[in-house]
Amino acid sequence: MLELEGVTVRFGGTTAVEDVSLRVGAGSVLAVLGPSGCGKSTLLRAVAGLERLDAGTVRWEGRDLAGVPTHERGFALMFQDGQLFAHASVAQNIDYPLRLRRAGRAERTRRVEELLELVGLPGYGDRRPATLSGGEQQRVALARSLAADPVLLLLDEPLSALDRSLRDRLAGDLREILVATGTTALLVTHDHDEAFTVADRMAVMLAGSVAQEGPSSEVWRAPATRDVAEFVGFETFLSGAPLLAFRRAAGASGDPPTGTLALRRAALRVDASGQLRGIVRRAVTVSDAVQLQVDVEGVGAMAATTQDAGIRRGDHVALRADLSLSAYVFSGNHQNNG
Amino acid sequence: MTRTTRTRAGALAACLAVALPLTSCTLMGGDEEEPSPATAPAPAGSGDEDAATGTSDVGETTQAAPPGDTTTVTLVTHDSFALPDDLVAQFEASTGYDLQIQLSGDAGELTNQLVLTAGSPIGDVAFGIDNTFSGRAIDNGVLAPYTPKNLPESAADHALEGGDAAYLTPVDYGDVCVNVDNVWFANNGLTPPATLNDLLKPEYKDLFVTPGATTSSPGMAFLLATIGAFGPGQWQPYWEDLMANGAKVTSGWTDAYTVDFTAGGGGGDRPIVLSYSSSPPFTIPEGGWQPTTSALLDTCFRQTEYAGVLEGTDNPEGAQAVIDWLVSPEVQAVIPDNMYMYPVDDQVPLPQLWAQFAPLSEEPIVVPARQIEAERETWLQEWADIATG
Amino acid sequence: MTPRFTAQGVTLGLATLVPVAFLAVFFVLPVSGMLGRGFFPDGSLDLSGVPDVLGRTRTLRVLWFTLWSSAAGTALTLALGLPVAFVLYRLRFPGRGLLRALVVMPFVLPTVVVGVMFRSLLSRGGPLGVLGWDGTWVPILLAFVFFNLAVVVRTVGGMWEGLDRRAEESAAALGATPWQVWRSVTLPALTPAVVSAGTLVFLFCSTAFGVVLTLGGLRYGTVETEIYLLTTQFLDLQGAAVLSVLQLAAVVVMLALAARTRRSRERGLARVGATAAARRPRRDDIPALVATALAVAFVLLPVGSLVVRSLRRAGGWTLANYRMLADPGSTPVLRVSVVQAVENSLRTAVDATVLAMVLGLVVALVVSRRPGQRLWAGVVSALDGAFMLPLGISAVTVGFGFLITLDRPPLDLRTSPVLVPVAQAMVALPLVVRTLAPVLRSVDPRQREAAAALGAGPWRAAWTTEAPVLARPLLAATGFAFAVSLGEFGATSFLARPDRPTVPVVIYQLISRPGAENLGMALAASVVLALLTVTVMGVVERLRVGSVGTF
Repeated sequence: MLELEGVTVRFGGTTAVEDVSLRVGAGSVLAVLGPSGCGKSTLLRAVAGLERLDAGTVRWEGRDLAGVPTHERGFALMFQDGQLFAHASVAQNIDYPLRLRRAGRAERTRRVEELLELVGLPGYGDRRPATLSGGEQQRVALARSLAADPVLLLLDEPLSALDRSLRDRLAGDLREILVATGTTALLVTHDHDEAFTVADRMAVMLAGSVAQEGPSSEVWRAPATRDVAEFVGFETFLSGAPLLAFRRAAGASGDPPTGTLALRRAALRVDASGQLRGIVRRAVTVSDAVQLQVDVEGVGAMAATTQDAGIRRGDHVALRADLSLSAYVFSGNHQNNG
Repeated sequence: MTRTTRTRAGALAACLAVALPLTSCTLMGGDEEEPSPATAPAPAGSGDEDAATGTSDVGETTQAAPPGDTTTVTLVTHDSFALPDDLVAQFEASTGYDLQIQLSGDAGELTNQLVLTAGSPIGDVAFGIDNTFSGRAIDNGVLAPYTPKNLPESAADHALEGGDAAYLTPVDYGDVCVNVDNVWFANNGLTPPATLNDLLKPEYKDLFVTPGATTSSPGMAFLLATIGAFGPGQWQPYWEDLMANGAKVTSGWTDAYTVDFTAGGGGGDRPIVLSYSSSPPFTIPEGGWQPTTSALLDTCFRQTEYAGVLEGTDNPEGAQAVIDWLVSPEVQAVIPDNMYMYPVDDQVPLPQLWAQFAPLSEEPIVVPARQIEAERETWLQEWADIATG
Repeated sequence: MTPRFTAQGVTLGLATLVPVAFLAVFFVLPVSGMLGRGFFPDGSLDLSGVPDVLGRTRTLRVLWFTLWSSAAGTALTLALGLPVAFVLYRLRFPGRGLLRALVVMPFVLPTVVVGVMFRSLLSRGGPLGVLGWDGTWVPILLAFVFFNLAVVVRTVGGMWEGLDRRAEESAAALGATPWQVWRSVTLPALTPAVVSAGTLVFLFCSTAFGVVLTLGGLRYGTVETEIYLLTTQFLDLQGAAVLSVLQLAAVVVMLALAARTRRSRERGLARVGATAAARRPRRDDIPALVATALAVAFVLLPVGSLVVRSLRRAGGWTLANYRMLADPGSTPVLRVSVVQAVENSLRTAVDATVLAMVLGLVVALVVSRRPGQRLWAGVVSALDGAFMLPLGISAVTVGFGFLITLDRPPLDLRTSPVLVPVAQAMVALPLVVRTLAPVLRSVDPRQREAAAALGAGPWRAAWTTEAPVLARPLLAATGFAFAVSLGEFGATSFLARPDRPTVPVVIYQLISRPGAENLGMALAASVVLALLTVTVMGVVERLRVGSVGTF
């Protein structure tokens, strides 16, 4: 188990990571999710032993890692851009950690084959990294990291350099591989879909501090603050009269809990039987849906979605409200969350 | 693929870093029995080191030469110094000293090095201080008095004036003179110049090249020749006229003689050059019997080179032995062929070519050594202003 | 908490002490000794001569000439060197290896011989006499270019060689003209190497000595020649010290500026193999090819006239000059035959090269690290500059400094033969550092981190990520250091023992005496020295092809 306690990293006058405490249980995958510049990569490097802590401790299986150099921690770090050794072949890259551990020749060959198979690149052993596509390079980097048999795999935005469809596919693959190999992993990303796909738990990191930490589904369902909610994909925030109007339309009864109601786009769908009325202000077609911006009567501007590609700007639509895709959050100040 | 190449690169690096020195392919590696420099001339203040290494104490009064210390004698000299190895071997065999030779630039650099290291000398004995620098060496306490018993009688003609003679022993001398390419003059139907004043004549315009006085010791000698010939206050106008007549000033003798001089091998275009009275024999063409150049004996300044024991040496006996050796007939006889100077001993025979084609000036121009020392800087500054703009 | 210093940091820091001690003993100590003699003549501070020295019009003239001639020399060398580096390191054509070796040759020729050759070509009666350049400053600039072309070609070429071509290609695909590609993509990538090379060339130019004296007559003095005169002729140590301090200050300012420019441009560069990066010449390479042809002709002209003259005596063609090289009795001027001198040169050069490479590699490794703390980053940067200083300080000052400071045990080294390779290594060291450090700095530090994260110790990680890119420059630097050591004259002549002269010393002794034989032998020996260099460099080129060509 990895335990971080009060980890703080400063660069000169600026604090990149402030008082972060986290745990990653054996065999589980924790995603640290945050916008770029929030300090999550620094946190990861601190865990790897590449950054000096200004305060706090990093412990593995209860042992304080202070003074343990990177290469003796038994972790593996996979960079955003792979950092493959350009002068070596794919097989030699994957072989590298095996050679470092002085594994036998036969075992090394077998293991390299196995890993290439695992990441879906059988027969790529003799290729040069420069001849591979970005996705292939990342797969090789993953195989190389796994070859180290790391007790903990550190993934620094492993997929964000890739294009979207590839990223979605690889994220799924990555999840499967991590589960299949039972690897404990700490993933850092700015992409919440990636985090949801790959991780069991997630920690949302904002401006150097962890704003919320918990099982992925919980963070997904119940973001603790408005900042977190915004970051994990909630787009509309309602309070006061609009909140009540929306609740009514959704058929909710009783007094609403305190706080702001955060809504995902899918919480408001175009539906002829819906109780809300609105005028479409913008319609953008994405791969499997049309994203709308709607002025909803009695509520205001809201994000909505539909499957009907015929809807145009200016159309009057009926909308169905769905409270299951909403959460109550507190004001934007993430520091007072639990 | 990569690994093999990387291993090869590694092996190569290893070769370069390790193998080469180990194959004794180095200056230090393949050495013969060479006395380590640390045991060579220990400076005056280092007697304790010697005691510590177990040798007997090097007291000033101890005459018995302790081994490992006074068996080596170091001769500091200018970089024109050259004597045959068998003579050096002879000296070492007959005296029991190991002679180390340290070259230290030209006469000026040599003298200044000695001045800078006065009190902690870089050797035991010096040779090559000339009459333009003797005053500086003596005034700075670089030298200890010594006069060899075997000094040839004729050396007295070359001795320094007054008390200075006690410190420096004349070894050889030579004349720095204007040389002319007789073939060029014959071909061009001109009479070669004969005197310093001739160099100002219009027919010799753009024909003369000399090394500069600030960067070349023959150049300095030529400046002194003009100072001696024309006297204070008069040499400056002479130089102004000389420059106005197209004289060329180079930095060193080498490029004046080998580049600009018509007979120096480089196909230059100036048939009048400042060189030595000993230069003409070197211009005898292959198969010929007579030089194509000659020295103008009325333009000569005499340079005398001296040897002296260095003050503060821990091996004065060895130092004295070296001076005795330098004025011995054996060394005196080989000086012309090896160092291009005339021996102070007029009893030793000169090489035939020298006797024939390298006559000395009957009346060389003289500037007292003491006056040179006193006024060198002023003269050089004034000269530089006139000659180098 | 992670420790403030990593084990590797500590080891590297300790290893740095060796080159630092080397610098302290063989540079700082002698120079401060001479400055001390100048400013503290009788043990107490005396600055009475300072205004006098600074007030002389001669001083100002000398300063001004040093500054502009060095700047112009550097600019010219870069202008000619960059296209040559491009052709010799980015294009693939037969004979490339030979040309690479050829351009280095001038670097080792003794200045006095080159001076004589230049003057022979340019003097009134010479083949190029019509140009009327003899005695002007033009030959000085030409000689600067002649000697330093190798520095630019090697330093920049080493960086350029493995550079990924794709950035240039993508710029071209975006519609950039070749000139725009060069300005916006290539040059910025090369800037660190260009600045490095420019710094070196400037230092070499500003401290050039023999060549300025020979070619400039006495009309064009530089700070260096002035220090020489003040020290060796006038024994005006205070005047020399004042100029030395000025020289030192100027060098420090320049190094600081260069370091700033370099640092702001330095970044990780994508590298591919040299074979992948090199291509066949195309039509638009013609300007660069012409420049290269020009450079080669420029190098060959003096060298060619040297070869021709070495083969002539008394108006006829002969090998006599070469035959005499093997015979110790051929001339009374020398105590050893030139062949023996070649052996001495090679031995000394091996020592100096090993010394320079070992020290240089340590320095390059240290200065290519980027410590987090500002203090240590400053220390590293200062270290980087410190090893360049010896190039910017008068050899006379250092040489005389040796004499007055290294006179007591355990540093009683004044007459030791050790000083010869030491002095040569000091000259070669900055070149080694300047060849290796930019390449090391161009390796993305995350490569090392990736290796470390996979379980590689710091040394193993450095080896994995840096050795492959270092192999080539390491060989280049070795060849370079060897060439420098073979050709070094200034310090060697001062320190070499007469029974162990090196080839340049022998050449100098020969050329300083009258007689066609001595001159002929000197020229023949120069040709031998040049051939020796070309051979060594050529062998190094071969090794490079054989060892890393498959990348």
